[in-house]
Amino acid sequence: MIRHLLSAADLDAATATLVLDTAHEMALLADREVKKLPTLRGRTVVNLFYEDSTRTRISFEAAAKRLSADVINFSAKGSSVSKGESLKDTALTLQAMGADGVVVRHPASGAPHRLAHWVDGSVLNAGDGTHEHPTQALLDAYTMRSRLGRLEGLNVAIVGDVLHSRVARSNVLLLHTLGAKVTLVAPPTLLPVGVEAWPARTSYQLDSVLPDSDVVMMLRVQRERMDEAYFPSAREYSRRYGLDTARMRRLPEHAIVMHPGPMNRGMEITPEVADSVRSTIVEQVANGVSVRMAVLYLLLGGKV
Amino acid sequence: MSYPPSGPPADPGASDRADSPGSAADRLASTGGTAAPPRPPAATFSSAPAASGGTDAPSRSRDAGTPDRPVKTILSAADIARVVDRIAHQILEKTSGAADTILLGVPTRGVPLARRLAERIHTFENVAVPVGALDVTLYRDDLRLRGARALGRTELPPGGIDGRRVILIDDVLFSGRTVRAALDALGDLGRPRSVQLAVLVDRGHRELPIRADYVGKNIPTALAEIVRVALAETDGTDEVRLLGGTR
Repeated sequence: MIRHLLSAADLDAATATLVLDTAHEMALLADREVKKLPTLRGRTVVNLFYEDSTRTRISFEAAAKRLSADVINFSAKGSSVSKGESLKDTALTLQAMGADGVVVRHPASGAPHRLAHWVDGSVLNAGDGTHEHPTQALLDAYTMRSRLGRLEGLNVAIVGDVLHSRVARSNVLLLHTLGAKVTLVAPPTLLPVGVEAWPARTSYQLDSVLPDSDVVMMLRVQRERMDEAYFPSAREYSRRYGLDTARMRRLPEHAIVMHPGPMNRGMEITPEVADSVRSTIVEQVANGVSVRMAVLYLLLGGKV
Repeated sequence: MSYPPSGPPADPGASDRADSPGSAADRLASTGGTAAPPRPPAATFSSAPAASGGTDAPSRSRDAGTPDRPVKTILSAADIARVVDRIAHQILEKTSGAADTILLGVPTRGVPLARRLAERIHTFENVAVPVGALDVTLYRDDLRLRGARALGRTELPPGGIDGRRVILIDDVLFSGRTVRAALDALGDLGRPRSVQLAVLVDRGHRELPIRADYVGKNIPTALAEIVRVALAETDGTDEVRLLGGTR
Protein backbone atom coordinates (compact mmCIF):
# COMPACT_ATOMS: atom_id res chain seq x y z
CA MET A 1 0.00 0.00 0.00
CA ILE A 2 1.08 3.55 -0.66
CA ARG A 3 2.15 5.63 2.33
CA HIS A 4 0.26 8.86 1.62
CA LEU A 5 -2.94 9.55 -0.27
CA LEU A 6 -2.27 12.90 -1.94
CA SER A 7 -3.78 12.42 -5.37
CA ALA A 8 -6.23 10.05 -7.00
CA ALA A 9 -3.39 9.37 -9.43
CA ASP A 10 -1.48 7.67 -6.61
CA LEU A 11 -3.91 4.76 -6.91
CA ASP A 12 -3.49 2.12 -9.59
CA ALA A 13 -6.48 -0.01 -10.53
CA ALA A 14 -5.57 -2.83 -8.13
CA THR A 15 -5.08 -0.53 -5.15
CA ALA A 16 -8.23 1.47 -5.89
CA THR A 17 -10.23 -1.76 -6.15
CA LEU A 18 -8.70 -2.93 -2.87
CA VAL A 19 -9.90 0.29 -1.21
CA LEU A 20 -13.42 -0.14 -2.61
CA ASP A 21 -13.59 -3.81 -1.58
CA THR A 22 -12.32 -2.95 1.90
CA ALA A 23 -14.91 -0.17 2.13
CA HIS A 24 -17.60 -2.70 1.28
CA GLU A 25 -16.61 -4.79 4.31
CA MET A 26 -16.40 -1.66 6.47
CA ALA A 27 -19.94 -0.71 5.42
CA LEU A 28 -21.27 -3.85 7.12
CA LEU A 29 -20.26 -2.28 10.41
CA ALA A 30 -23.16 0.16 10.18
CA ASP A 31 -25.62 -2.69 10.75
CA ARG A 32 -23.87 -3.99 13.81
CA GLU A 33 -24.65 -3.60 17.44
CA VAL A 34 -21.15 -2.38 18.32
CA LYS A 35 -20.10 0.05 15.58
CA LYS A 36 -16.45 -0.03 16.51
CA LEU A 37 -13.38 -2.00 15.54
CA PRO A 38 -10.18 -2.25 17.60
CA THR A 39 -7.96 -2.02 14.52
CA LEU A 40 -6.30 1.40 15.05
CA ARG A 41 -6.20 1.36 18.84
CA GLY A 42 -3.37 3.54 20.06
CA ARG A 43 -2.91 5.38 16.76
CA THR A 44 -3.41 9.12 16.55
CA VAL A 45 -5.13 10.83 13.64
CA VAL A 46 -5.00 14.62 13.36
CA ASN A 47 -7.66 16.44 11.34
CA LEU A 48 -5.90 19.56 10.11
CA PHE A 49 -8.48 21.85 8.53
CA TYR A 50 -7.45 25.21 7.15
CA GLU A 51 -10.71 25.59 5.28
CA ASP A 52 -14.34 25.22 6.26
CA SER A 53 -15.81 21.78 5.91
CA THR A 54 -18.75 19.95 7.40
CA ARG A 55 -19.08 16.54 5.88
CA THR A 56 -15.45 15.74 5.11
CA ARG A 57 -14.21 16.58 8.59
CA ILE A 58 -17.06 14.79 10.35
CA SER A 59 -16.70 11.85 8.01
CA PHE A 60 -12.97 11.47 8.70
CA GLU A 61 -13.58 11.90 12.41
CA ALA A 62 -16.30 9.24 12.46
CA ALA A 63 -14.15 6.88 10.39
CA ALA A 64 -11.12 7.24 12.65
CA LYS A 65 -13.22 6.82 15.79
CA ARG A 66 -14.94 3.70 14.49
CA LEU A 67 -11.49 2.20 14.05
CA SER A 68 -10.64 3.18 17.67
CA ALA A 69 -7.97 5.75 16.72
CA ASP A 70 -7.47 8.82 18.89
CA VAL A 71 -8.65 11.88 16.98
CA ILE A 72 -7.35 15.41 17.39
CA ASN A 73 -9.27 18.10 15.55
CA PHE A 74 -7.41 21.19 14.51
CA SER A 75 -9.03 24.06 12.69
CA ALA A 76 -7.20 27.15 11.59
CA LYS A 77 -9.67 29.35 13.45
CA GLY A 78 -8.85 29.47 17.13
CA SER A 79 -5.34 28.07 16.69
CA SER A 80 -1.89 29.61 16.43
CA VAL A 81 -2.45 29.89 12.68
CA SER A 82 -4.43 33.06 13.36
CA LYS A 83 -1.30 34.30 15.14
CA GLY A 84 0.67 33.72 11.96
CA GLU A 85 2.14 30.24 12.42
CA SER A 86 3.30 28.71 9.16
CA LEU A 87 2.19 25.34 7.79
CA LYS A 88 5.67 24.00 8.39
CA ASP A 89 5.76 24.99 12.04
CA THR A 90 2.34 23.48 12.55
CA ALA A 91 3.58 20.32 10.86
CA LEU A 92 6.59 20.14 13.16
CA THR A 93 4.28 20.53 16.15
CA LEU A 94 2.19 17.60 14.92
CA GLN A 95 5.35 15.62 14.30
CA ALA A 96 6.47 16.23 17.88
CA MET A 97 3.08 15.02 19.13
CA GLY A 98 3.50 11.78 17.24
CA ALA A 99 0.64 11.90 14.75
CA ASP A 100 0.37 8.61 12.83
CA GLY A 101 -1.99 10.10 10.27
CA VAL A 102 -2.63 13.70 9.22
CA VAL A 103 -5.82 14.51 7.35
CA VAL A 104 -5.33 17.90 5.77
CA ARG A 105 -7.57 20.35 4.00
CA HIS A 106 -5.97 23.54 2.77
CA PRO A 107 -6.99 26.38 0.44
CA ALA A 108 -3.63 26.17 -1.37
CA SER A 109 -3.21 23.52 -4.04
CA GLY A 110 -0.26 21.31 -3.19
CA ALA A 111 -0.17 21.99 0.56
CA PRO A 112 -0.58 18.29 1.43
CA HIS A 113 2.40 17.43 -0.80
CA ARG A 114 4.57 19.88 1.13
CA LEU A 115 3.28 18.54 4.42
CA ALA A 116 4.19 14.98 3.42
CA HIS A 117 7.86 16.00 3.40
CA TRP A 118 7.73 17.36 6.93
CA VAL A 119 5.94 14.66 8.90
CA ASP A 120 6.66 10.96 9.36
CA GLY A 121 3.01 9.91 9.51
CA SER A 122 0.73 9.27 6.55
CA VAL A 123 -0.77 12.37 4.94
CA LEU A 124 -4.30 12.16 3.56
CA ASN A 125 -5.41 14.93 1.25
CA ALA A 126 -8.92 16.00 2.24
CA GLY A 127 -9.07 18.69 -0.43
CA ASP A 128 -6.37 21.15 -1.46
CA GLY A 129 -7.48 24.31 -3.22
CA THR A 130 -8.73 23.60 -6.72
CA HIS A 131 -6.41 20.62 -7.05
CA GLU A 132 -7.58 17.27 -5.67
CA HIS A 133 -9.91 15.52 -3.25
CA PRO A 134 -9.07 11.83 -3.61
CA THR A 135 -11.31 10.37 -0.88
CA GLN A 136 -14.31 12.12 -2.46
CA ALA A 137 -13.47 10.43 -5.76
CA LEU A 138 -13.19 7.08 -3.98
CA LEU A 139 -16.56 7.46 -2.29
CA ASP A 140 -18.13 8.55 -5.58
CA ALA A 141 -16.68 5.49 -7.32
CA TYR A 142 -17.89 3.32 -4.44
CA THR A 143 -21.40 4.79 -4.72
CA MET A 144 -21.50 4.19 -8.49
CA ARG A 145 -20.28 0.65 -8.09
CA SER A 146 -22.79 -0.22 -5.38
CA ARG A 147 -25.71 1.36 -7.29
CA LEU A 148 -24.84 0.18 -10.81
CA GLY A 149 -22.78 -2.93 -10.06
CA ARG A 150 -19.68 -1.98 -12.01
CA LEU A 151 -17.42 0.90 -13.06
CA GLU A 152 -15.84 -0.53 -16.19
CA GLY A 153 -17.48 1.04 -19.24
CA LEU A 154 -19.79 3.40 -17.36
CA ASN A 155 -20.51 6.76 -18.99
CA VAL A 156 -20.10 9.46 -16.35
CA ALA A 157 -20.98 13.10 -17.03
CA ILE A 158 -19.41 15.62 -14.65
CA VAL A 159 -21.29 18.87 -15.01
CA GLY A 160 -20.61 22.43 -13.95
CA ASP A 161 -17.76 24.34 -12.41
CA VAL A 162 -14.93 22.02 -13.49
CA LEU A 163 -12.43 24.88 -13.35
CA HIS A 164 -12.58 25.26 -9.58
CA SER A 165 -13.43 21.68 -8.75
CA ARG A 166 -10.96 19.41 -7.00
CA VAL A 167 -13.73 16.81 -6.96
CA ALA A 168 -13.86 16.79 -10.77
CA ARG A 169 -10.10 16.47 -11.15
CA SER A 170 -9.81 13.55 -8.71
CA ASN A 171 -12.86 11.85 -10.20
CA VAL A 172 -11.52 12.07 -13.74
CA LEU A 173 -8.22 10.50 -12.69
CA LEU A 174 -9.76 7.72 -10.60
CA LEU A 175 -12.64 6.87 -12.94
CA HIS A 176 -10.22 6.69 -15.85
CA THR A 177 -8.02 4.29 -13.86
CA LEU A 178 -11.06 2.13 -13.13
CA GLY A 179 -12.24 2.02 -16.73
CA ALA A 180 -15.18 4.45 -16.76
CA LYS A 181 -15.60 7.02 -19.52
CA VAL A 182 -15.88 10.58 -18.29
CA THR A 183 -17.41 13.54 -20.13
CA LEU A 184 -16.89 16.99 -18.63
CA VAL A 185 -19.79 19.33 -19.35
CA ALA A 186 -19.37 23.03 -18.66
CA PRO A 187 -19.50 26.44 -20.26
CA PRO A 188 -16.15 27.18 -21.98
CA THR A 189 -15.25 29.68 -19.25
CA LEU A 190 -15.49 27.01 -16.55
CA LEU A 191 -13.20 24.44 -18.18
CA PRO A 192 -9.54 24.65 -17.08
CA VAL A 193 -6.74 25.46 -19.48
CA GLY A 194 -5.17 22.22 -20.69
CA VAL A 195 -8.31 20.15 -20.20
CA GLU A 196 -7.56 18.47 -23.57
CA ALA A 197 -4.77 16.59 -21.81
CA TRP A 198 -7.14 15.09 -19.22
CA PRO A 199 -8.33 11.54 -19.85
CA ALA A 200 -11.88 12.78 -20.50
CA ARG A 201 -14.06 14.15 -23.27
CA THR A 202 -15.54 17.63 -23.00
CA SER A 203 -18.83 19.08 -24.12
CA TYR A 204 -20.64 22.40 -23.83
CA GLN A 205 -24.09 20.85 -24.37
CA LEU A 206 -25.65 19.14 -21.36
CA ASP A 207 -28.79 18.06 -23.22
CA SER A 208 -26.90 16.05 -25.83
CA VAL A 209 -24.79 14.23 -23.22
CA LEU A 210 -27.62 13.17 -20.91
CA PRO A 211 -29.23 10.35 -22.99
CA ASP A 212 -25.97 8.33 -22.97
CA SER A 213 -25.04 8.89 -19.34
CA ASP A 214 -25.20 6.25 -16.62
CA VAL A 215 -24.13 8.77 -14.00
CA VAL A 216 -24.57 12.54 -13.84
CA MET A 217 -22.44 14.27 -11.27
CA MET A 218 -23.44 17.86 -10.64
CA LEU A 219 -20.72 20.16 -9.27
CA ARG A 220 -21.30 23.08 -6.98
CA VAL A 221 -20.77 26.50 -8.52
CA GLN A 222 -17.99 27.76 -6.30
CA ARG A 223 -18.91 31.38 -5.85
CA GLU A 224 -16.26 31.87 -3.15
CA ARG A 225 -13.45 31.05 -5.61
CA MET A 226 -14.82 33.25 -8.41
CA ASP A 227 -13.21 36.65 -8.50
CA GLU A 228 -14.56 37.49 -11.94
CA ALA A 229 -17.63 36.78 -14.01
CA TYR A 230 -17.61 33.36 -15.64
CA PHE A 231 -21.20 33.48 -16.86
CA PRO A 232 -23.73 36.28 -17.43
CA SER A 233 -26.13 35.42 -14.63
CA ALA A 234 -27.04 32.64 -12.23
CA ARG A 235 -30.35 32.31 -14.02
CA GLU A 236 -28.72 31.76 -17.38
CA TYR A 237 -26.28 29.24 -15.94
CA SER A 238 -29.13 27.38 -14.33
CA ARG A 239 -31.10 27.32 -17.59
CA ARG A 240 -28.26 25.79 -19.58
CA TYR A 241 -26.38 23.67 -17.06
CA GLY A 242 -28.76 23.10 -14.13
CA LEU A 243 -30.38 19.71 -13.67
CA ASP A 244 -34.15 19.98 -13.40
CA THR A 245 -36.93 17.42 -13.68
CA ALA A 246 -37.34 17.88 -17.43
CA ARG A 247 -33.64 17.27 -18.02
CA MET A 248 -33.62 14.30 -15.64
CA ARG A 249 -36.23 12.63 -17.88
CA ARG A 250 -33.72 12.58 -20.70
CA LEU A 251 -31.53 10.20 -18.70
CA PRO A 252 -31.71 6.44 -19.19
CA GLU A 253 -33.97 4.55 -16.77
CA HIS A 254 -31.13 3.26 -14.56
CA ALA A 255 -29.04 6.45 -14.41
CA ILE A 256 -28.17 8.04 -11.07
CA VAL A 257 -27.68 11.67 -10.06
CA MET A 258 -24.80 12.58 -7.78
CA HIS A 259 -23.60 15.72 -6.04
CA PRO A 260 -20.58 16.01 -3.75
CA GLY A 261 -22.32 18.64 -1.60
CA PRO A 262 -22.86 21.21 -0.36
CA MET A 263 -25.58 21.95 -2.93
CA ASN A 264 -26.82 25.27 -4.23
CA ARG A 265 -30.43 24.16 -4.54
CA GLY A 266 -32.04 25.97 -7.45
CA MET A 267 -28.68 26.79 -9.04
CA GLU A 268 -27.00 23.63 -10.41
CA ILE A 269 -29.73 21.27 -9.20
CA THR A 270 -33.43 21.71 -8.41
CA PRO A 271 -34.81 20.47 -5.08
CA GLU A 272 -37.07 17.95 -6.87
CA VAL A 273 -34.06 16.32 -8.53
CA ALA A 274 -31.92 16.45 -5.39
CA ASP A 275 -34.61 14.63 -3.41
CA SER A 276 -35.63 12.17 -6.11
CA VAL A 277 -35.04 8.40 -5.97
CA ARG A 278 -32.26 8.71 -8.53
CA SER A 279 -30.30 10.99 -6.27
CA THR A 280 -27.51 9.35 -4.26
CA ILE A 281 -26.58 12.48 -2.35
CA VAL A 282 -27.38 11.15 1.13
CA GLU A 283 -25.93 7.74 0.27
CA GLN A 284 -22.67 9.42 -0.74
CA VAL A 285 -22.31 10.84 2.76
CA ALA A 286 -22.85 7.44 4.39
CA ASN A 287 -20.46 5.79 1.96
CA GLY A 288 -17.90 8.48 2.75
CA VAL A 289 -17.43 7.09 6.26
CA SER A 290 -16.90 3.51 4.98
CA VAL A 291 -14.44 4.61 2.30
CA ARG A 292 -12.45 6.74 4.73
CA MET A 293 -12.34 3.85 7.20
CA ALA A 294 -10.92 1.70 4.42
CA VAL A 295 -8.29 4.30 3.54
CA LEU A 296 -7.28 4.84 7.17
CA TYR A 297 -7.05 1.10 7.75
CA LEU A 298 -4.96 0.49 4.64
CA LEU A 299 -2.62 3.42 5.32
CA LEU A 300 -2.29 3.16 9.10
CA GLY A 301 -3.37 -0.37 9.97
CA GLY A 302 -0.27 -2.30 9.04
CA LYS A 303 3.39 -1.99 9.70
CA VAL A 304 4.48 1.61 9.46
CA MET B 1 0.56 -4.56 -1.52
CA SER B 2 3.72 -6.23 -0.48
CA TYR B 3 4.44 -7.83 2.80
CA PRO B 4 7.57 -6.80 4.53
CA PRO B 5 9.42 -9.54 6.35
CA SER B 6 7.48 -10.20 9.48
CA GLY B 7 8.01 -9.56 13.09
CA PRO B 8 10.79 -10.09 15.50
CA PRO B 9 11.77 -13.58 16.64
CA ALA B 10 9.81 -12.86 19.78
CA ASP B 11 6.64 -13.33 17.74
CA PRO B 12 6.31 -17.05 17.32
CA GLY B 13 3.40 -17.86 15.12
CA ALA B 14 2.18 -14.64 13.65
CA SER B 15 -0.57 -16.87 12.38
CA ASP B 16 -1.96 -20.22 13.33
CA ARG B 17 -3.50 -20.77 9.96
CA ALA B 18 -2.44 -22.92 7.10
CA ASP B 19 -1.52 -19.82 5.30
CA SER B 20 -1.51 -16.17 6.05
CA PRO B 21 -5.05 -15.37 7.08
CA GLY B 22 -7.45 -13.39 5.00
CA SER B 23 -4.74 -12.60 2.59
CA ALA B 24 -6.15 -12.58 -0.87
CA ALA B 25 -3.28 -10.35 -1.90
CA ASP B 26 -0.85 -12.84 -0.46
CA ARG B 27 -2.37 -15.61 -2.45
CA LEU B 28 -2.41 -13.61 -5.62
CA ALA B 29 1.21 -12.84 -5.18
CA SER B 30 1.97 -16.46 -4.53
CA THR B 31 0.38 -17.97 -7.58
CA GLY B 32 2.69 -16.06 -9.85
CA GLY B 33 5.87 -18.04 -9.58
CA THR B 34 5.84 -21.63 -10.73
CA ALA B 35 9.35 -22.94 -10.95
CA ALA B 36 11.33 -20.77 -8.63
CA PRO B 37 14.53 -22.41 -7.45
CA PRO B 38 14.26 -23.97 -4.02
CA ARG B 39 15.69 -21.70 -1.41
CA PRO B 40 15.09 -20.79 2.18
CA PRO B 41 11.70 -19.12 2.34
CA ALA B 42 12.79 -16.29 4.57
CA ALA B 43 13.50 -13.91 1.76
CA THR B 44 10.23 -14.08 -0.12
CA PHE B 45 7.13 -13.57 1.92
CA SER B 46 5.89 -12.49 5.25
CA SER B 47 7.25 -15.28 7.30
CA ALA B 48 10.54 -16.84 7.96
CA PRO B 49 9.45 -20.05 9.64
CA ALA B 50 12.55 -20.13 11.78
CA ALA B 51 11.84 -16.66 13.04
CA SER B 52 8.07 -16.39 13.14
CA GLY B 53 7.25 -19.93 14.03
CA GLY B 54 6.10 -21.22 10.71
CA THR B 55 3.51 -18.84 9.42
CA ASP B 56 2.81 -20.59 6.22
CA ALA B 57 3.07 -18.06 3.49
CA PRO B 58 1.53 -19.70 0.47
CA SER B 59 4.26 -19.73 -2.06
CA ARG B 60 3.55 -22.60 -4.39
CA SER B 61 7.12 -22.54 -5.51
CA ARG B 62 8.13 -23.76 -2.10
CA ASP B 63 5.89 -26.81 -2.24
CA ALA B 64 8.27 -28.82 -4.35
CA GLY B 65 10.10 -31.30 -2.18
CA THR B 66 13.84 -31.02 -1.95
CA PRO B 67 16.31 -33.00 0.13
CA ASP B 68 16.20 -30.46 2.90
CA ARG B 69 12.48 -29.67 2.53
CA PRO B 70 10.64 -32.97 2.33
CA VAL B 71 6.90 -32.95 1.58
CA LYS B 72 4.53 -35.43 3.19
CA THR B 73 0.85 -35.85 2.44
CA ILE B 74 -1.00 -36.07 5.74
CA LEU B 75 -4.58 -36.20 4.53
CA SER B 76 -5.66 -37.27 1.06
CA ALA B 77 -8.94 -36.17 -0.52
CA ALA B 78 -10.62 -39.33 0.73
CA ASP B 79 -9.22 -38.76 4.24
CA ILE B 80 -10.55 -35.21 4.28
CA ALA B 81 -14.01 -36.44 3.24
CA ARG B 82 -13.99 -39.02 6.05
CA VAL B 83 -12.80 -36.46 8.59
CA VAL B 84 -15.53 -34.00 7.58
CA ASP B 85 -18.11 -36.79 7.89
CA ARG B 86 -16.88 -37.65 11.37
CA ILE B 87 -16.88 -34.04 12.59
CA ALA B 88 -20.41 -33.63 11.21
CA HIS B 89 -21.50 -36.67 13.23
CA GLN B 90 -19.71 -35.38 16.33
CA ILE B 91 -21.39 -31.99 16.01
CA LEU B 92 -24.79 -33.68 15.75
CA GLU B 93 -23.98 -35.80 18.78
CA LYS B 94 -22.60 -33.03 20.97
CA THR B 95 -25.29 -30.48 20.11
CA SER B 96 -28.33 -32.77 20.30
CA GLY B 97 -29.02 -32.69 16.58
CA ALA B 98 -27.52 -29.29 15.86
CA ALA B 99 -30.54 -27.42 17.21
CA ASP B 100 -30.12 -23.66 17.35
CA THR B 101 -26.59 -23.97 16.01
CA ILE B 102 -24.79 -21.95 13.36
CA LEU B 103 -21.47 -22.64 11.67
CA LEU B 104 -19.13 -19.69 11.10
CA GLY B 105 -16.15 -20.34 8.83
CA VAL B 106 -13.04 -18.22 9.21
CA PRO B 107 -11.86 -17.10 5.74
CA THR B 108 -10.32 -18.30 3.62
CA ARG B 109 -10.54 -22.08 3.99
CA GLY B 110 -12.77 -22.23 7.04
CA VAL B 111 -15.68 -21.04 4.89
CA PRO B 112 -15.79 -23.98 2.42
CA LEU B 113 -15.21 -26.33 5.35
CA ALA B 114 -18.23 -24.88 7.14
CA ARG B 115 -20.32 -25.33 3.98
CA ARG B 116 -19.22 -28.96 3.65
CA LEU B 117 -20.05 -29.68 7.28
CA ALA B 118 -23.51 -28.14 6.90
CA GLU B 119 -24.06 -30.18 3.76
CA ARG B 120 -23.05 -33.41 5.52
CA ILE B 121 -25.22 -32.61 8.54
CA HIS B 122 -28.12 -32.05 6.17
CA THR B 123 -27.47 -35.39 4.46
CA PHE B 124 -27.22 -37.32 7.73
CA GLU B 125 -30.15 -35.89 9.67
CA ASN B 126 -31.96 -33.56 7.26
CA VAL B 127 -31.31 -30.51 9.46
CA ALA B 128 -30.47 -27.20 7.79
CA VAL B 129 -27.69 -25.54 9.81
CA PRO B 130 -27.14 -21.87 8.91
CA VAL B 131 -23.65 -21.13 7.62
CA GLY B 132 -21.80 -17.82 7.75
CA ALA B 133 -18.32 -16.37 7.51
CA LEU B 134 -16.38 -14.40 10.10
CA ASP B 135 -13.34 -12.44 8.98
CA VAL B 136 -11.06 -11.64 11.90
CA THR B 137 -8.40 -9.54 10.14
CA LEU B 138 -9.41 -6.31 11.87
CA TYR B 139 -9.15 -8.00 15.28
CA ARG B 140 -5.75 -9.62 14.83
CA ASP B 141 -2.96 -8.74 17.25
CA ASP B 142 -0.27 -9.00 14.59
CA LEU B 143 -1.54 -6.33 12.17
CA ARG B 144 1.36 -4.05 12.96
CA LEU B 145 3.96 -6.67 12.20
CA ARG B 146 3.07 -6.66 8.53
CA GLY B 147 1.50 -4.42 5.93
CA ALA B 148 -2.25 -3.89 6.04
CA ARG B 149 -3.92 -6.73 4.24
CA ALA B 150 -7.09 -7.27 2.25
CA LEU B 151 -10.16 -8.16 4.26
CA GLY B 152 -12.13 -11.36 3.92
CA ARG B 153 -15.89 -11.44 3.93
CA THR B 154 -18.01 -11.44 7.05
CA GLU B 155 -21.52 -12.72 6.53
CA LEU B 156 -23.78 -13.65 9.38
CA PRO B 157 -26.79 -15.88 8.73
CA PRO B 158 -30.18 -14.17 9.14
CA GLY B 159 -31.08 -13.86 12.80
CA GLY B 160 -27.48 -13.19 13.85
CA ILE B 161 -25.67 -14.99 16.63
CA ASP B 162 -27.60 -13.83 19.70
CA GLY B 163 -28.61 -16.72 21.91
CA ARG B 164 -27.36 -19.36 19.49
CA ARG B 165 -24.62 -21.93 19.66
CA VAL B 166 -21.83 -20.75 17.36
CA ILE B 167 -19.32 -23.27 16.02
CA LEU B 168 -16.22 -21.59 14.56
CA ILE B 169 -14.66 -23.54 11.70
CA ASP B 170 -11.03 -23.15 10.66
CA ASP B 171 -8.55 -25.23 8.73
CA VAL B 172 -5.49 -25.26 11.00
CA LEU B 173 -5.23 -24.61 14.73
CA PHE B 174 -1.74 -23.37 15.57
CA SER B 175 -0.92 -20.56 18.01
CA GLY B 176 -4.59 -19.92 18.81
CA ARG B 177 -4.34 -16.24 17.93
CA THR B 178 -6.86 -16.42 15.11
CA VAL B 179 -9.36 -17.98 17.46
CA ARG B 180 -8.74 -15.30 20.06
CA ALA B 181 -9.38 -12.66 17.39
CA ALA B 182 -12.54 -14.53 16.37
CA LEU B 183 -13.80 -14.52 19.96
CA ASP B 184 -13.25 -10.76 20.16
CA ALA B 185 -15.10 -10.27 16.88
CA LEU B 186 -18.02 -12.39 18.09
CA GLY B 187 -18.26 -10.23 21.20
CA ASP B 188 -18.85 -7.18 18.99
CA LEU B 189 -21.44 -8.94 16.86
CA GLY B 190 -23.71 -10.14 19.63
CA ARG B 191 -23.91 -12.60 22.48
CA PRO B 192 -23.90 -16.27 21.48
CA ARG B 193 -25.18 -18.83 24.00
CA SER B 194 -21.94 -20.74 23.58
CA VAL B 195 -18.99 -20.91 21.22
CA GLN B 196 -17.28 -24.07 20.04
CA LEU B 197 -14.36 -24.65 17.70
CA ALA B 198 -13.87 -27.19 14.94
CA VAL B 199 -10.60 -27.52 12.99
CA LEU B 200 -9.41 -29.80 10.25
CA VAL B 201 -5.87 -30.00 11.62
CA ASP B 202 -4.46 -29.29 15.06
CA ARG B 203 -0.72 -28.87 14.72
CA GLY B 204 0.07 -27.91 18.31
CA HIS B 205 2.29 -25.02 19.53
CA ARG B 206 -0.51 -23.11 21.25
CA GLU B 207 0.39 -19.69 22.64
CA LEU B 208 -2.97 -19.08 24.30
CA PRO B 209 -5.25 -21.20 26.49
CA ILE B 210 -7.45 -22.34 23.60
CA ARG B 211 -8.48 -25.83 22.53
CA ALA B 212 -10.72 -27.21 19.81
CA ASP B 213 -13.97 -29.09 20.47
CA TYR B 214 -13.75 -31.01 17.21
CA VAL B 215 -10.44 -31.98 15.62
CA GLY B 216 -10.03 -33.63 12.26
CA LYS B 217 -6.47 -34.77 12.80
CA ASN B 218 -3.81 -34.04 15.37
CA ILE B 219 -0.45 -33.60 13.69
CA PRO B 220 2.64 -33.26 15.85
CA THR B 221 4.85 -30.74 14.08
CA ALA B 222 8.09 -28.91 14.55
CA LEU B 223 7.74 -25.13 14.68
CA ALA B 224 9.68 -24.75 11.46
CA GLU B 225 7.41 -27.11 9.54
CA ILE B 226 4.54 -25.85 7.43
CA VAL B 227 1.05 -27.32 7.24
CA ARG B 228 -0.52 -26.58 3.90
CA VAL B 229 -4.24 -27.18 3.46
CA ALA B 230 -5.66 -27.26 -0.06
CA LEU B 231 -9.42 -27.45 -0.66
CA ALA B 232 -11.16 -27.94 -3.96
CA GLU B 233 -13.17 -24.71 -3.57
CA THR B 234 -10.12 -22.51 -3.10
CA ASP B 235 -7.20 -24.49 -4.49
CA GLY B 236 -8.70 -26.93 -6.98
CA THR B 237 -7.79 -30.02 -5.00
CA ASP B 238 -8.29 -31.59 -1.56
CA GLU B 239 -5.09 -32.32 0.30
CA VAL B 240 -3.23 -31.57 3.52
CA ARG B 241 0.54 -31.62 3.32
CA LEU B 242 3.37 -31.18 5.76
CA LEU B 243 6.36 -29.33 4.39
CA GLY B 244 9.50 -30.09 6.31
CA GLY B 245 11.38 -27.12 7.63
CA THR B 246 15.12 -26.94 7.62
CA ARG B 247 16.19 -28.25 10.98
